[in-house]
Amino acid sequence: MASSAPRQASEGSGGSLLANLMHFARTLRAAGLPVGPGKVIDAVAAVRTIGITDRRDFYWTLHAVFVNRPDQRLIFDQAFHVFWRNPDLLKKMMGLVLPELRVEGEEDPGAAMARRLAEALHPNQNEGSEAEETETELDAAMTFSDREQLRGMDFEKMSLEELARAKAAIAKLRLPIEDVPTRRFAPDRHGARADLRATMRAALRSGGLIELKRKDPRRRPPPLVVLCDISGSMSRYSRVFLHFMHSVTNDRDRVHTFVFGTRLTNISRYLRYRDVDLALERVAEAVVDWSGGTRIGHCLAEFNRLWSRRLLGQGAIVLLITDGLDRDAGAGLAHEMDRLHRSCRRLIWLNPLLRYEGFEPRSLGMKAMMPYVDEFRPVHNLESLEILIEVLSTPVTRRATAASAWRHSEERAA
Amino acid sequence: MGTARRMFALPTTVTDTLELLGSADYIADRSLATAVHLALHLKRPLFLEGEAGVGKTEIAKVLATALGRRLIRLQCYEGLDVATAVYEWDYARQMIEIRLAEAANEDRDEIESTIFSDRFLIKRPLLQALEPEIEGPPVLLIDELDRTDEPFEAYLLELLSDFQVTIPEIGTIRADQPPIVVITSNRTREIHDALKRRCFYYWVDYPTAARELEILKRKAPGASESLSREVVGFVQKLRGMDLFKLPGIAETIDWTEALMQLDVLELTPHAINDTLGVLLKYQDDIARLHGSEAARLLEQVKAEAAAAAA
Repeated sequence: MASSAPRQASEGSGGSLLANLMHFARTLRAAGLPVGPGKVIDAVAAVRTIGITDRRDFYWTLHAVFVNRPDQRLIFDQAFHVFWRNPDLLKKMMGLVLPELRVEGEEDPGAAMARRLAEALHPNQNEGSEAEETETELDAAMTFSDREQLRGMDFEKMSLEELARAKAAIAKLRLPIEDVPTRRFAPDRHGARADLRATMRAALRSGGLIELKRKDPRRRPPPLVVLCDISGSMSRYSRVFLHFMHSVTNDRDRVHTFVFGTRLTNISRYLRYRDVDLALERVAEAVVDWSGGTRIGHCLAEFNRLWSRRLLGQGAIVLLITDGLDRDAGAGLAHEMDRLHRSCRRLIWLNPLLRYEGFEPRSLGMKAMMPYVDEFRPVHNLESLEILIEVLSTPVTRRATAASAWRHSEERAA
Repeated sequence: MGTARRMFALPTTVTDTLELLGSADYIADRSLATAVHLALHLKRPLFLEGEAGVGKTEIAKVLATALGRRLIRLQCYEGLDVATAVYEWDYARQMIEIRLAEAANEDRDEIESTIFSDRFLIKRPLLQALEPEIEGPPVLLIDELDRTDEPFEAYLLELLSDFQVTIPEIGTIRADQPPIVVITSNRTREIHDALKRRCFYYWVDYPTAARELEILKRKAPGASESLSREVVGFVQKLRGMDLFKLPGIAETIDWTEALMQLDVLELTPHAINDTLGVLLKYQDDIARLHGSEAARLLEQVKAEAAAAAA
């Protein structure tokens, strides 16, 4: 990125701090941070407040302005070190803000400033972090290729007719999820609570008898988290499921989507593209473990540890889509399923049992998972979105019946 | 609270800010002090994110004490609405007022202007924070914002950019001087970027061993040096493990106090097993650590301490 190197500040031009910060902001934006023009102005104000006396302070000042989320910290750190490496530039910039510092600073700035300047500009400071960076890169490259099989995926484009059918199907979708009452209220003539505010206003309007107005809790669908298996045994269905997840993501708010094979990938952001072909293309790029093995336990553990507290907070429903065929033969799976089950309002397992009817999977993975699901929805012939939607839209069966039905069939087979 | 609070000037440099926090027993990183300094001077909210128990809420309390300001706290929860966060009318008193006025045959317009006056307004935290105080603008702590829902977040957006509240019956109330706003989040969900953009963001991390030891000295002064070192060493080891919920600084302090209550002078596997519930809050984590694993970690800690002393 030669173009993003900081421009040399020309002596005496007052806009150099602004220009360089603007440049830095552009670098950050190129690196993927959501940095708008307003941020640059904020950054200038912030730098003027703190003053450039110390490299660390300068770092944390820009950090406070530009960083919004914990995952952006690393990008910022790298961008900062690459961008502000040139000490000459920093020195010149200090020259620019120095007059102001003298006005603000209460003590004699002369000697102390020079020493601090020297400290701040000491080139040794960068070395540590750079060495670390290269080390981690090497590390990452080693870990992934030897253990798992990474594959790309090419989805055919959706035809207009298909698109229309998908829309029609999703319109029919009734997830086995009930709307849940929130703690907010809406006026309701037959509501259980008195709406005193509305009552008071109505009383003033009419005078005479005070008519009691009522309200009732608003209801809204709970957040939905979809965890979808994309391993080899599921590859037949990937397209159907991705279309389903795309439609659901764009149909309602608070939907989070993950796919997993040997690793867990959050694809919610890509699925938010309105255009389904574009969305699927992005997903195909982002996911690296298409049609490989499955490590359900491992992926669920990762979900539980990193995401569950963030996504399952407000009574979320989890839709788990997998055939339960696990490469690790169910190791650690029961434990993670238990945790997942306890953290969400309802856990629904959708299982596309293999192609023919009457197939009875008795894999270790399935056995480990079954006790922890609230609802089990098998589907035999999954060719299209319509069938999937149909299966999902059938009314709720109680968890006990679903589980015991399966257990009975297992006993019969044994 | 009877004594008059003194008014303190805002710190002028980052170092001063660091000292100010230190004067109220908050041992902060310089990076945190920078963010606090920016928030104080540029009059923007400070947005603190981090795991539970790393001292986010404490910063607001400490700022209020150190600056001699009033602390107004809004604890967030799902379904928090205007009536509990901003203002509400005192309906019962309004009803009585209307009845009395009607009995006295007062004019209806007059009744309306009377009952929607300051006298019948119940002020909730956000409205209180906009009112002028003798000691200077108060510290407004909006705690655990991630627990509310999006509509409240959107409401806050308006309040935090203009520091004004509109009450339809009265009009717009605006703060002469914006309060010092501290927003905390445990990140149980992502707060919208639009809100974060208006704030200075800081991720409060677990402290280093040295800093944690310093904090422990301030917060649990009764503990012996050697016990404190062992406690910090052990907790730091735990944070390197793959636990479901890592212990925060609050847990470190609680644990030290628990150990002192039990007259423990030195960490032993037995003492750890008895008090593990203070440190870890998930059954799986406790089960994992109970017994041999705790003993193994403790051995490591002691070995390292011995190596450092030698």
